[in-house]
Amino acid sequence: MSTFISSPHTLFTNNVTRIMLLVVAALIPGIAAHIYFFGIGIVINSIICIVTALLCEAGMLKLRDRPLWPFLTDGSAIVTALLIAIGLPSLFPMWLAIIATAFAIIIAKHLYGGLGNNPFNPAMVGYVLLLIAFPKDMTLWLAPHAAGPAVDFVSTLQFNILGQLPVIAHFDAITMATPLDTVKTELGTGLTVSQIVTNHPHLADAMFGKGWDIINLLFLLGGIGLLYKRVITWRIPVSMLITIAIFASIAYASNNTLHASPLFHLLGGATMLGAFFIATDPVTASTTPRGQLIYGCGIGIFTYLIRNYGSYPDGVAFAVLLMNLAAPTIDYYTRPRVFGHHPGTSS
Amino acid sequence: MSIPRKLWRIHGGLHLPGHKAESMQQPITDAPVPPELILPLQQHIGNVATPIVNVGDRVLKNQIIARAEGYVSVPIHASSSGTVIAIEPRVIPHPSHLTDTCIVIATDGKDEATPVAAVLSDYRQMDPAELRNRIRDAGIVGLGGAGFPAFIKLNPGPQLKIHTLILNGAECEPYITCDAMLMQEQPRAILDGLRIMQHALHAQRCIIGIEDNKPAALQALQAALHTDEHTLIEIVAVPTLYPAGGEKQLIKTLTGLEVPSHQLPASVGVICHNVATAYSIAQAISHQQPLIERIVTVAGPAIPKACNYRVRLGTPMKYLIEHTGASPSLPARLIMGGPMMGFAINDLQTPVIKTTNCLLALTSQELPKTQFELPCIRCGECARACPAQLLPQQLFWHAHAKDFDKIQDFNLFDCIECGCCSYVCPSHIPLVQYYRFAKTEIWAKEREKSKSDIARQRHEFHLQRLERKKREDEERKRKKKEMLDKVTQTDSAADAKKAAIAAALQRAQAKKATQASPQNVEHLSEQQRQQIDEIDKRRANPSTVASQPGKDNES
Ligand code: SF4
Ligand code: SF4
Repeated sequence: MSTFISSPHTLFTNNVTRIMLLVVAALIPGIAAHIYFFGIGIVINSIICIVTALLCEAGMLKLRDRPLWPFLTDGSAIVTALLIAIGLPSLFPMWLAIIATAFAIIIAKHLYGGLGNNPFNPAMVGYVLLLIAFPKDMTLWLAPHAAGPAVDFVSTLQFNILGQLPVIAHFDAITMATPLDTVKTELGTGLTVSQIVTNHPHLADAMFGKGWDIINLLFLLGGIGLLYKRVITWRIPVSMLITIAIFASIAYASNNTLHASPLFHLLGGATMLGAFFIATDPVTASTTPRGQLIYGCGIGIFTYLIRNYGSYPDGVAFAVLLMNLAAPTIDYYTRPRVFGHHPGTSS
Repeated sequence: MSIPRKLWRIHGGLHLPGHKAESMQQPITDAPVPPELILPLQQHIGNVATPIVNVGDRVLKNQIIARAEGYVSVPIHASSSGTVIAIEPRVIPHPSHLTDTCIVIATDGKDEATPVAAVLSDYRQMDPAELRNRIRDAGIVGLGGAGFPAFIKLNPGPQLKIHTLILNGAECEPYITCDAMLMQEQPRAILDGLRIMQHALHAQRCIIGIEDNKPAALQALQAALHTDEHTLIEIVAVPTLYPAGGEKQLIKTLTGLEVPSHQLPASVGVICHNVATAYSIAQAISHQQPLIERIVTVAGPAIPKACNYRVRLGTPMKYLIEHTGASPSLPARLIMGGPMMGFAINDLQTPVIKTTNCLLALTSQELPKTQFELPCIRCGECARACPAQLLPQQLFWHAHAKDFDKIQDFNLFDCIECGCCSYVCPSHIPLVQYYRFAKTEIWAKEREKSKSDIARQRHEFHLQRLERKKREDEERKRKKKEMLDKVTQTDSAADAKKAAIAAALQRAQAKKATQASPQNVEHLSEQQRQQIDEIDKRRANPSTVASQPGKDNES
């Protein structure tokens, strides 16, 4: 590099740490709702994941002979850890959370060259690892607050860290699959949506009362905050949500006994978290304006398809990873028209 | 106020803190003539001017001391009277702190000017060619920053019809206010300059584009406009958005026309000049006043009292800064130009030249602490800010990887180095620095390539020549042998004589053929040839740039 000082001669107005901290801040309302409905587990999981992430990050930086301080303080490892923790059930074995986080940071992030160079969203890699390897643990969610007994802090801690079941009840009695999972399983057995709701009265509550929908709405709120702060742009989340809504509407309109409503899809599972916090991860997403529309749309399509036809409860994580794979190609073919060039003559 | 007009939006851009009020508190002030003036021979884009004075000569103010060399060049005038004390390399304002030949004048304090010739001063009676000559002789270049000889931009050639003449009064960089102050104080002269240029170009309409953060300038120009001119000259407020004053950006904003990549505004029928250039043109045509001074904003936190000065060209920056009352030592960073596109000056003896619009003195507080540069997180902020609609993160990626083909594929050369991308980058990557580096590397490679092309041609030519010589030798031998055979076959003396004549003719022809081919190394000794080869090798060496392919031995 040339040694002379180059313009601009100004102070920086933005930095990576600020961006990452804003993302963390925007996650807080959704996490708060999570605590309300599913107990303190998410906090314990978050702490476990964050500590693991920072330790792994430090270790890998040391191994790769990179400076520790600027990278540990950039906040990216914390965001990765939080995104993993939010996806975990409240009652969840600690060692699995550690495995997922370590895998995300060591394999998915640092072995690909660290911050900025990883082609796949590390949090989603860690999460998918758990989905594939430990599906049973991943689907056992506590019933939401309104539908079942709350599990207190000490019991959660006992279970997550020591593996001891809470004393109050038999494990199965207090856990249940997520509404998304239930609806899918039961639809698979040939029941209609209304029958499923009759069979699972708590589902109506969880779906349209207080539960996942509230959590999703609060993640939407956080996402709007990020849009307002210009940390993310509207293209990816909006195109992803619209795509899901369109697919769900068509299916619902064609047969509303066999397909869940669009609202159920938009406010169920990890839709809002995915749209505003996961799909928008700058490192792994498309960066061109048109490319981002395509990218969001692709995630929407895959999410819907995997939810309906795949063998996993939610499709967001897989959809994001699939589109991560396509992002560089999308970017290449959607380069914006350069000033002074005619459309179509990009070079 | 200004006539409403449809404006077009440019992509990206930044809302920067203006810092303009500080230097607009006082009117433009005359800076005194310094004891020593340093006038670089190159103050413009194009050929270096040739000195026509000698050390020891006494010169008068306005006197030409270096004449224009070739078409793309303008003369240099003495900015005050005094004695030429040196013609030698001195530090010139340049991003890489180069030295170059300067004419140094010790001023005598009399400021005695050459007598003003009694010539026509009504531009309406002059034809465009004469106007251009006078503008050229006055040494006028674009005063907005680039320094391209102004008369050339008034001569688009017969094929290009210019419909719109734009005066650039946007002045979008923070801190700089020299154009704003000039518009406020000299609106009449600026309009005169505009009329002169309009006359020279036969433009159908003129637009003066001014950022809307300069209401006083807008008002002053509006008030100075003749009542019957409103259809010809429009004064338009453009949104304050850096870099609204970029030439292509301003043209787009005002007319909606996009100047094609790698082409000049004239290709879309537009010519754009800076307001300060218009002012100087009016001075040159109406008052026979060549360009010997300009307005310079001296501002920045290291300057106690920011102000605009009318400065003689060649004034050392140290003198000017001391004159403002600031500490005479080099500030943490002294910048010629604005904070976004200016370059650092590290020698206070550097002179003010025709393109010096601002001296910005920053303290260490305004400068980035040497911060760690994080990897690109592909956030796309840079692409959102880029007025050229490039993908700066991709340019960075390829510059980093030194993939100079790919980087041109992403249109590196459409980058105007405005600095918007670096400014917003959360990873604090000095993006513009990478682009400058890549551009320089590509230029160097291209120079290499054209040189090696020449070398290759020369080599091929050499082979061809050897081949031809061999063929010709064989031919000659064969002919000679045939002749001899014939001669021996015939006993007749007459035949022998005929054959001899024929052979002589043949020889003469062959000789003529050799001479006709452009070679003069045929008869060189082996030693001489070796020397030539060595010289060729040296020439092909990348370190010696100035090879003169036209003066090769073989051509
Ligand atoms: S602004 Fe910086 S970090 Fe963001 S994409 Fe551009 S170069 Fe990368
Ligand atoms: S410096 Fe070049 S790449 Fe960066 S914003 Fe300006 S034009 Fe775009």
